[in-house]
Amino acid sequence: MNNLFQDANRQQISGRRRNDLIWRILFLGATMFGIVALSALIITIITDGIARLNPDLFTNYPSRRASASGMKSAIVGSLYMLCLMAPISFVLGVGAAIYLEEYAPKNRFTRLIQLNISTLAGVPSIVYGILGLAIFVRTFGLERSLLSGALTMTLLVLPIIIVASQEAIRAVPRARRDASFALGATKWQTVSRSVLPSAISAIMTGVILALSRAIGETAPLIIIGAATYVAFLPESLFDTFTVMPIQIYNWIARPQEAFQDLAASGIIVLMIMLVIMNVAAIMLRNKYQKNI
Amino acid sequence: MSTTTAAPQVKETTKAVDFKTIIDIKDMDLYYGTYHALKKVNLTIPEKAVTAFIGPSGCGKSTLLRTLNRMNDMIPNTRIEGLVDIAGTDIYSNEVDVETLRKKVGMVFQQANPFPKSIYDNVAYGPRLHGTTNKAQLDEIVEQSLKQAALWNEVKDFLKRSAFSLSGGQQQRLCIARALAVNPEILLMDEATSALDPISTLKIEELTQELKSKYTIVMVTHNMHQAARISDQTVFFLNGEVVEFDQTDKLFSNPSDKRTEDYITGRFG
Repeated sequence: MNNLFQDANRQQISGRRRNDLIWRILFLGATMFGIVALSALIITIITDGIARLNPDLFTNYPSRRASASGMKSAIVGSLYMLCLMAPISFVLGVGAAIYLEEYAPKNRFTRLIQLNISTLAGVPSIVYGILGLAIFVRTFGLERSLLSGALTMTLLVLPIIIVASQEAIRAVPRARRDASFALGATKWQTVSRSVLPSAISAIMTGVILALSRAIGETAPLIIIGAATYVAFLPESLFDTFTVMPIQIYNWIARPQEAFQDLAASGIIVLMIMLVIMNVAAIMLRNKYQKNI
Repeated sequence: MSTTTAAPQVKETTKAVDFKTIIDIKDMDLYYGTYHALKKVNLTIPEKAVTAFIGPSGCGKSTLLRTLNRMNDMIPNTRIEGLVDIAGTDIYSNEVDVETLRKKVGMVFQQANPFPKSIYDNVAYGPRLHGTTNKAQLDEIVEQSLKQAALWNEVKDFLKRSAFSLSGGQQQRLCIARALAVNPEILLMDEATSALDPISTLKIEELTQELKSKYTIVMVTHNMHQAARISDQTVFFLNGEVVEFDQTDKLFSNPSDKRTEDYITGRFG
């Protein structure tokens, strides 16, 4: 009896396997490129910045002397921005998403709005800065205040939040809506008791990721005139302010090496804050996934 | 009948009892856009009995079922002409609130669709919608509804557990309990057993026999044998028309329309 597995094509097969290996190496290389570049970046930043990562960084205001400089006003400015931006953008973004998904008639006008929102999500951030300057700073006369900054950033993150929330709402199975309607629920009862509880974790994830993007933004705030040197904490919504990326940018632009190291420590703080926000997003997602 | 497939066996009980009519449909047409989905439907459905809709796929049986609690309203471009009368009221008239209609005409779907909430909250969902917030009252409703759906003994110790921890058949009975919790008059079941195993199906079939003493049950089924087993009246649909409706034993043993006979003896469908 012939060997069932004896085949004349062993050479052809080894060629196919070699091919397979080459592709595998190529894809591994593509993955490693990003990881290596990112690791190199993190290592440089940490070696430069670790020395200045001390309590002074959090308690001191910026100063002409690098040794006395800190980013207290910038950290507090960023946190204030976040606290202002989060509720405004959540309410407006999720509200718009609910309207578009659940209430809006499926007509040409809705599709036009939809198209615009998707496009806005890709508009460069500096354009929002110009918009914020024209609307909030000039027209509303809010000057270069914390409020102007927060509202401008809200504009920036709104399209992202709307799109993410819409996707989350759309992912709720039709059957869950039907079950609610069939019990005599109104639209809002169905949305609030059946749709939103199912969609909220995905919505929150989208909101947090959008906010973490805003926390790292510099360009729109420079346009609306956030100050680069702020030696006090904002006491009202109408005070001038600065945020972490602007402070970092300011230090990086200095020629002295001491300021460069200070910038590196600032970057570490900013990155830690972003990592915390992302971890929060992931934890939220996992928490609610378990419930479903 | 000289065919290879025998007509389904009809149960012996429930002979010609005089049922009161609760649903009366007169000359009803339904269009999805330009598609004429239901054609001149004339049909009466008896109170406190099981009525089965049978017919091949796409014949309009589910569509007609969904007109009875106006779930079709949510499909854009749906147009209905004619009369759908439930207990003396035209349900498409202005004097009927669709929320009240759906409270009185409950529905169970093909796929069990519990909410991602606890067993308790699933059953309490309906009463809460309609304004019951008293804890003791809700407890009572939940217990009664689960008992009626023959699920109470299986879940009474885990009411706080997720509805998704139940098996498929239990989930479907939970959906029945949820529908009963708002105290309906009529229960619509849209192929409610088609996704279940035979044992779960049997449980739900037995349940319908108990429930019909209190509720009017209208069910869509793709399974003629099921219709023969558990229904009192059977309605045969074909291409959007009601071909024939009659007492189940009569329709299966002595259909008056040739098409009904062809269908129940397995010549098509």
